[in-house]
Amino acid sequence: MSLLQVSGLQVHYGAIHALKGIDLEVEAGQIVTLIGANGAGKSTTLRAISGMIPCSGGSVVFEGRNLKGLNAHEIVRLGMSHVPEGRGVFPHLTVEENLALGAYIRSDKGGVKQDRERALDLFPRLRERLPQVAGTLSGGEQQMLAIARALMVRPRLLLLDEPSLGLAPQVVQTIFQIIRDINRDGATVLLIEQNAHMALHVAHRAYVLETGRIAMSGPAASLAASDAVRKTYLGAHE
Amino acid sequence: MNGGAAVRSVKSNAAAIAAGVLFAVLLQFVLRGVMGPFVSKVMLDIGINIILALSLNIVNGFTGQFSIGHAGFMAVGGYAAAAITYYGSLLLWGSAAIHGDIMGPGDMLFLGACGAGGCAAALAGLVVGLPSLRLRGDYLAIVTLGFGEIIRVLIQQTGDVLLTADEVRSASPGTVLTSLGGSLGFPGIPFYTNLFWVWIWVAVTLAAVWRLKYSGLGRAFLSIREDELAAEAMGVPTTRVKVTAFVISAFFAGIAGALFAHLVGTTLNPGELGFQKSFDIIIMVVLGGMGSISGSIIAAIVLTILPEALRAVADYRMIAYAVFLIALMIWRPSGLFGVRELWELGPFRRRGEAKPS
Repeated sequence: MSLLQVSGLQVHYGAIHALKGIDLEVEAGQIVTLIGANGAGKSTTLRAISGMIPCSGGSVVFEGRNLKGLNAHEIVRLGMSHVPEGRGVFPHLTVEENLALGAYIRSDKGGVKQDRERALDLFPRLRERLPQVAGTLSGGEQQMLAIARALMVRPRLLLLDEPSLGLAPQVVQTIFQIIRDINRDGATVLLIEQNAHMALHVAHRAYVLETGRIAMSGPAASLAASDAVRKTYLGAHE
Repeated sequence: MNGGAAVRSVKSNAAAIAAGVLFAVLLQFVLRGVMGPFVSKVMLDIGINIILALSLNIVNGFTGQFSIGHAGFMAVGGYAAAAITYYGSLLLWGSAAIHGDIMGPGDMLFLGACGAGGCAAALAGLVVGLPSLRLRGDYLAIVTLGFGEIIRVLIQQTGDVLLTADEVRSASPGTVLTSLGGSLGFPGIPFYTNLFWVWIWVAVTLAAVWRLKYSGLGRAFLSIREDELAAEAMGVPTTRVKVTAFVISAFFAGIAGALFAHLVGTTLNPGELGFQKSFDIIIMVVLGGMGSISGSIIAAIVLTILPEALRAVADYRMIAYAVFLIALMIWRPSGLFGVRELWELGPFRRRGEAKPS
């Protein structure tokens, strides 16, 4: 059984039918990516999975449990952690306080301390900036903080919404390297990206989303090699 | 840095309250003679306003919700407490006059009434908060404004003739609740409020709010203000946490209302606890900085003394406030101290950052 099983997922924003039946699966231990153009419904899919927006049809099953009717804050407790688009760090709080809030649902002090150390080892830049107010960090550092904070939940599934958005190419490289490290440490990752090149490079499996539907799916390497994907998403010329 | 502050604050909690009690005793028994009646009265007002500003700061400052009905909770607490001391005194001692010395039976009745007033206001906070805290921004402001007005009108509708001792004995609770003096106010409430009690409650409120700010719950409040969606993504049950903030805030507003009701020289009346009063408290919180405890205290002190000092031009007070607020919103939109405390700013801040973490 896969870690996450999404079937026939539908979302309506008023009269707009944003998701028209999404099927996707995430196997434990993998990095799965969902690529697609602006407005294809990538973020909507992620938000519907983590309970931030209500879905109007279909089902999301996480570790064998149907998430229907659960709030976002309840889903977090099941072990799924969502890094929202635009990072969503708490700008007026310090890095330290942001990390502490990441562990909000946990009561095992020892484990929290251990995870905090691990997160800071993963992001040495954050260790230097612990007493600094998060709003004054650079974009890349804020993304690192958002991921580190999400890891404080000790998630079995990490949802990442466009971690490369607005970052310099070199920083994007670093972030993607860290995503690989996190995955190697045992977390399963569902990654949403517009940067299809990088996403297909790190992922095991990929889905291509077009206007609310899955257009293609398969192993990331074979999608990266397919002509359709190369032309539309990787900017290859004939 | 803040982890250390949290530990320190917990350890020094008992010490802080002890210091507050000492200050209250000093004010009441030593300084009152030196200060004279006028300054003593101002000190009473300052204390009550500090409690109001600190309590509103929990909702408007920490949690980032915009409530403009704080005087409504004050009224609920004030009237509940007044009914208890007034009718309680009639029942127990046959008259509503002050009974006993300091810490005597009358004072104990008053202390109980303060607690009951706080609980009544907290209950009102729960009733208003549960349905309305799903709303955001402007909508919440309108609901809380409506609540304050409803409370005011309800109190105005109560009978203006108070019950006598014999009538209370045979009256049902409903009759007592509808005999609160109506629009003319509630006369004859014994003046139990003094510097000692006011400043004891200031110390208790301050210790509670301080502890709250650096607790897990307090951090959850802050996270909602900062980014509600991200807070939800961290597992913070945002609606429940907001209602909690509302209830705690209302509790202390109710205490302040109870102290206000038993203040010498005031007749508790619904007109006094309307929108104008709510607005005065909001200005204190906004001026001090949404979320700053020290800012709220300083603003409460300044804005209590200022109208006294400017009594000659009292008619223009609201105009001056408006101009001042507009200027503040332009140049310092997060209040004088912002979300941080006084000692975290300026020269103090650098020292804090240089400290190895």
